[in-house]
Amino acid sequence: MIQNVWLIPAFPLAAFLIDGLLGRRWLHKWTGVIASFAVGLSAVVAIGVFLEVLGGQEHTTVTLYQWIGVGDFHINVAAFVDPLSSVMLLVVTVVSFLIFVYSNGYMEHDHGFHRFFTWLSLFVFAMLILVMADNYLLMFVGWEGVGLCSYLLIGFWFERPEPYVAAKKAFVMNRIGDWGYTIGMITTFLVFGSMQFTDVFEHVTIATQANLTLICLAFFFGATGKSAQLPLYSWLPDAMEGPTPVSALIHAATMVTGGVYLVARSMPLFEAAGPSLAVVGTVGAVTAIFAATIALVQFDIKRVMAYSTVSQLGYMFLALGVGAPVAAIFHLATHAFFKALLFLGSGSVIHGLGGEQDMRKMGGLRRKMPVTFWTMLIAGLALAALPPLAGFWSKDAILASAFVNGHLVLWAVGIVTAVLTAFYVTRALWMTFYGEPRDHHLYDHAHESPAVMTLPLIALGVGTAVLGVVVGFPPEQGFIDTFLHPVFAGEGAGHVPEIATLVTLAAVSVAAGIVGILVGYSMYVRHRPDPAAVSRAAGPLYRLLVNKYFIDELYDRRIVEAFRAAFGAMWAFDVHVIDGLANRLGWLAARSGGALRGAQTGVVGNYALTIVGGLLVILAAYGSYAVGIFPR
Amino acid sequence: MAVPLGAFIAVSAVLFFIGTAGVLVRRNAVVILMSVELMLNATNLALVAFSRRYASIDERGSVFVVFIFVVAAAEVAVGLAIILSAYRNKPTVDVDEIRQLRG
Repeated sequence: MIQNVWLIPAFPLAAFLIDGLLGRRWLHKWTGVIASFAVGLSAVVAIGVFLEVLGGQEHTTVTLYQWIGVGDFHINVAAFVDPLSSVMLLVVTVVSFLIFVYSNGYMEHDHGFHRFFTWLSLFVFAMLILVMADNYLLMFVGWEGVGLCSYLLIGFWFERPEPYVAAKKAFVMNRIGDWGYTIGMITTFLVFGSMQFTDVFEHVTIATQANLTLICLAFFFGATGKSAQLPLYSWLPDAMEGPTPVSALIHAATMVTGGVYLVARSMPLFEAAGPSLAVVGTVGAVTAIFAATIALVQFDIKRVMAYSTVSQLGYMFLALGVGAPVAAIFHLATHAFFKALLFLGSGSVIHGLGGEQDMRKMGGLRRKMPVTFWTMLIAGLALAALPPLAGFWSKDAILASAFVNGHLVLWAVGIVTAVLTAFYVTRALWMTFYGEPRDHHLYDHAHESPAVMTLPLIALGVGTAVLGVVVGFPPEQGFIDTFLHPVFAGEGAGHVPEIATLVTLAAVSVAAGIVGILVGYSMYVRHRPDPAAVSRAAGPLYRLLVNKYFIDELYDRRIVEAFRAAFGAMWAFDVHVIDGLANRLGWLAARSGGALRGAQTGVVGNYALTIVGGLLVILAAYGSYAVGIFPR
Repeated sequence: MAVPLGAFIAVSAVLFFIGTAGVLVRRNAVVILMSVELMLNATNLALVAFSRRYASIDERGSVFVVFIFVVAAAEVAVGLAIILSAYRNKPTVDVDEIRQLRG
C-alpha cells in the first residue's frame, strides 16, 4: 500500500481537473459527488497506508521522479511516509471527506457550486503534497498551493466587497510568512547542501548554532503566517468571510495546522538550535491567551470559532516549545475533529437561519435543531477539555508536558487560557441554543439541516467523543505516544512522570474547564453577574477586547501606511525619472530628426551631387595624404 | 603589351567622367541609369587593365569584374522596375518632377 501512496493526492487532483474542465457546462451538481467520492477514495488509501505504517514500516520514501538535479544537489518529487506523515494523511483525508459530503448540502443553492468543489479539491491535493513531501522545496509547493486555494475560497463570494478584501489580506499576510519560509529554505540549502529532510536531520551537527537558530526562526516565522500566530494572526478571523465548510476545512482543521506540522517535522533542527524552541513556546502561549480573550466578547458565531482556532493553534506551538511534539500532533488531530465539528455546526445553524451569523439574534435553537445542538455540545465540551472527550486528552497532554518539563509559566498561561476557553464556548453555545428566542421571525423559520449535512456532523461527533480515549489513554503511554515515538526518538521525552502527578495535573485542567463553564453558566443563564453590567463595569478593557486590541488599526497605521508612502515614492520615481528619461530621449530624437529633415529634398539630382561631392572629398583627402600635405 | 597601361587608365577615366556628368546633368531617369552603367564599365576597364598588367603578382582584379557584371544586371532590373512603377504612378520619367520623398 505504501508504494501506492501517490494515489492519495492523485484522486483529488483528478477531481479538480474533471470538475474544473467539465463542471460548469456539463456536470453541475455532479461535481460535488465526484469530488466527495475522490476524497473518499483518498481516505481509503490513507487508511491502508496508515495500517501498513502501523505494521512496522518505520519510514519509507516513495520517489515519483527527479524534479531537479544539479551536480550533487537533487530534489525529488518523493513522498516521505513515516508515522507523523501517515497520521497527517489520515486526519486530512478523513476530515476532508466528511466536510466534502457536508458541502454538498451547504452549498446546494449556490450558483458557484462547481467552482467551490474545484477549488476545494485542489486544496486537498495541495495539502496532501505539503504533508507528504520529503524535502523542504516540495513542501513549499504544497505550502503555496494551500495558500492559493485559501485565497480563492475566502474570496469565493467575490461579488461582495468584504470577502475579496479578506482574501487579499490573507494572501498578503501569508506571503509575509512565506518570506520567512524561503529564508529558512535557502539557508538550509547553503548550510547543508540539501533540502531533503533525512539528509538535513542526519547532519544537524555540522551547522553552527547561529545558522541553526536563523533557520529555525525563519521557518517559525513562516509557520506564524500559515498557522495564524502572533504577529501574523489577524488574517484568520477575517477569513471567516468564506463559506463555512471552507472555514472548517482550511481555517480550522487542515491548512492552518501546516505551520505546526512544519515545526514538528523540523523538530531535530529546533532541538539542536538552543533558544528557538523557547521562542516557539512563548509565542504559542501568548497567542493562546491573547486570542482567547478576544473570543470572550465576539458576537459573530464564526468569529468566536476563528479566535478559538488561533488560540488552540497557540496551544500546539506551546506543546512544540516545551518539547512535546507528540502532544502537539495529538492536539492537532483532535482539534481537527472537534473544531471542524464546531464550524460545521455553526454552518448548520447559519444555513437553518438563512445566513444569520449574529448570536444576539439566535437563542432557543436546540428544539429546532436537535442533531446540530447535540453534536456541537459534544464538540464544545471537547474544546473546554472535559473528560472523556478528545480535547481533554490532548490538551491535558500538552499542559502536563509543560509542567513536567519545567515550563511553569507556560503551564500557568495554558491553565488560564483553558478557563477562558471553557467560558467563551459556554457563552457561544448558550447564546445559540438556549434561552428564549431573541428574534422570533428568524426562529420561526429555523429548520434542521438535511441528512447530507447532519450525517457528517454525527460522524465527527463520534470521532470527537472516542478519539481521545482510543489513542490517548493512558497518558504519556497511549497509542499515539508509542506510535509517534520513533519519529521524535532521542528527544528528551524519555522519562515518564508518576501517575499521581499526571492525575493531579489532569484534575487541575479539568477544574479550570469546569470553572470556566460555571462562570459562563452563571453569567449567561442566571445573569449573576449580568454580562451587560460586566461589560459596562470593565469599560475601557471591554472596548479593547471588542476592538481586538486595535491590532488591525495598529497595522494599518504603522505598517500599511508606511508601505503606502514608500511605494508612492517609488511610483513617483518611476514616473518622473524612469519614464522621464525615456521620454526625454524620444524628444531628443524627434528634435534632431526635425532639424535634419530639410536635407531630404526628394530630388534625385541633389542626392547624386552629394554622392559625387563626397567622392571628391574622399579623393582629395587620399590624394593629400599620398603627396604628403598631411602627415600620416 | 602593345598598348601601355596609361592609355587604358585614360580611357577609363574619360568614360567615368562622362558617366558622372550624365548622372548629374540628365533628367531622364532611363538615361541616368545608362550613365550609371557607363561608370560601372569604366571601373571594369580599369580593373581588367590592372589585372592584366600585374598578372604575375595578382590576377584577382578580373574576378571583381564578374561581380560588377552581376551587380549591374541586378541594378538595371531593379532600377527599371522602379522607373516603371514611378511612371505608373505619375506619367513621367523626369526625375525633377518626381520629388514626393521630400522630407
